[in-house]
Amino acid sequence: MELKEKIVSSYVAFENDVDLNSEIHDIRSEAFHNFEKLGFPTKKLEEWKYTSLNAVLKNDFSIFPNKENTIEFADVKKYFIHDIDTYKIVFIDGKYSSFLSDTTHDGKDVCLMSSALSKSKYKIVIENYFNKIAKQDNLTSLNTAFANEGAYIYIPKNVEVEKPIQIINFTTGNDTATMVQPRNLIVVEENAHVQIIERHQSLTDNAVLTNVVTEVFAARNATVDFYKIQNDKDNASLVDNTYIEQKTNSVVSVHTFSFGGNITRNNLNFYQRGEHIDSILKGITIIEGKQHVDHHTLVHHIEPNCESHQDYKGIFDERSTGVFNGKVIVNKEAQKTNAYQQNNNVLISDKATINAKPQLEIFADDVKCSHGCTIGQLDNDALFYMQQRGIPKKEGKALLMYAFANTVLESVKIPEVKSRITKLIATKLGVNIGFDL
Amino acid sequence: MLKINNLHASIDDKAILKGLNIEVKAGEVHAIMGPNGAGKSTLANIVAGKEEYEVTDGTIELNGEDISELAPEERAHNGVFLSFQYPVEIPGVSVTNFIKTAINETRKAKGLEDMPAKDMLKMIREKSELLEIDRKFLSRSLNEGFSGGEKKRNEIFQMAMLDPKLAILDETDSGLDIDALRIVANGVNKLKSRDNAVIVITHYQRLLEYIVPDFVHVLYDGKIVKTGDASLALELEAKGYDWIKKELV
Repeated sequence: MELKEKIVSSYVAFENDVDLNSEIHDIRSEAFHNFEKLGFPTKKLEEWKYTSLNAVLKNDFSIFPNKENTIEFADVKKYFIHDIDTYKIVFIDGKYSSFLSDTTHDGKDVCLMSSALSKSKYKIVIENYFNKIAKQDNLTSLNTAFANEGAYIYIPKNVEVEKPIQIINFTTGNDTATMVQPRNLIVVEENAHVQIIERHQSLTDNAVLTNVVTEVFAARNATVDFYKIQNDKDNASLVDNTYIEQKTNSVVSVHTFSFGGNITRNNLNFYQRGEHIDSILKGITIIEGKQHVDHHTLVHHIEPNCESHQDYKGIFDERSTGVFNGKVIVNKEAQKTNAYQQNNNVLISDKATINAKPQLEIFADDVKCSHGCTIGQLDNDALFYMQQRGIPKKEGKALLMYAFANTVLESVKIPEVKSRITKLIATKLGVNIGFDL
Repeated sequence: MLKINNLHASIDDKAILKGLNIEVKAGEVHAIMGPNGAGKSTLANIVAGKEEYEVTDGTIELNGEDISELAPEERAHNGVFLSFQYPVEIPGVSVTNFIKTAINETRKAKGLEDMPAKDMLKMIREKSELLEIDRKFLSRSLNEGFSGGEKKRNEIFQMAMLDPKLAILDETDSGLDIDALRIVANGVNKLKSRDNAVIVITHYQRLLEYIVPDFVHVLYDGKIVKTGDASLALELEAKGYDWIKKELV
């Protein structure tokens, strides 16, 4: 049975299984019909021209892993940022793991979507925010139709969360192929501040398809720093759909580090609904083999006097392929917008490919919008310079690549995340140097 | 120290060096002068091992060992240092971290442990003082946005840190004002010893007032066509190169 049919036929059972509140039920049904109509994206769609899910979708996924699987912390410790204290919301095959998690209701809610969707005390927040900015496209609709579990984070006014929050989704591979669809909702009220680290990690070589949707709402003066660490196994694919709405004077940054996985598609969408907003989108992609990473970004400048800063660096070796599609829309009303987009790529191998497309739609006349896109090779003169000083070619290359990507790391605010990423890059490049630049 | 015999080299099938001979002994300072396009920088790059150049004939020996098949980093580990005419900008890598990496990779190649951080810092402090380099300068990205003088001073700073056996200074004086020139020359002189050697490639006699050569060679059309003592540099400064070209005809 094809995956779509399998999903469609299991919807009724799913709906009967979850504790229903009628509004959520309506949202789910509408999304379900949407997906039923649209199906999975194909390369015929402009937005999916360079990324094909066909091969992935041929797996016989178990779509609602029901078993409660457990894992030992020692076995997965390395996937956590474990050298600092953090809140943790951890899922194993889509099920909440209270054992690995560290949640709170003390002055804020760092807990579960399933609770938020079913308990009355969260009703108002859910009514105001759930599925309010997520698109009605095929994969987001598919997630919405089955939205049930994930992270629920609510930070009230003036609260600065004292430590970062980690959201980690493990898949055990106890089924030969697993599909999971986490659904996260993050609401950060006025003048509040939170840092979030998100990771999807398969623990075996069995196939995994993750279709995650995250909605983030940043109220006036709120600050949100979001770090996505994507370094999954070769058989794990990820579609990350993130939607962020910002209000006046808020600052939201999303750093995406894509170092592994089969097919990784990031749909990152920012909507600026207020003035003096700053949106920061940064990413480092370092891949090889047949890995594929696709960044589709959207920044919608709706009101005047806002800024957006995009900086994506990509390093592609062997037969890996990359996509960068950076869309910036500046509404007619959004005067004095300052939108900056930078996308630089290095192709290490002549078999590697990058498809880069800046897409600017500007309807206001008093704006500063710049975009730069480069595709190149490593600078041989710089490499010779390093070798001349005694740094071997491999280490020299690694140092150059690290330096190339470093503009993205500079803005990482959690030192432990920065050092972890630095180590991942060194491992990725096969060198043992500190890069303490 | 360095012995180059009948060196022929080309780039993209264009012959640049056409039978060059030179011998540099430990403790000596040699100056190589010559008109533009004579092959001075090519010589420097070939000794350092730049891959774009093809050595078609001849040998390059360092302390009796043929180095012409060695990778650039291996030559560096054997004590060859090239101060670049145009030092490359490497954004994102600080001067300090670059030199640390260079020193520790060189030590690694010799089977030594990393230099203890304390010793490294002490040496960086000493050598930066020698070149009158501001501490803040060391945390900047390598050569990025440096003035001409800063780039050259940084080259000599790295030379001081790496303590090479053979240093080739490729037009280290270009782009330097008189104060920077004095600082750079002073640095080179302090690093000079009986155990190392320096080759100074320059257009002008100016630098040689500060770094006094034992030998001055004229490189023209891929060959050393004349060798003399320091007074040859003065003569070249006064008369240009035409008289040498005429002598050759």
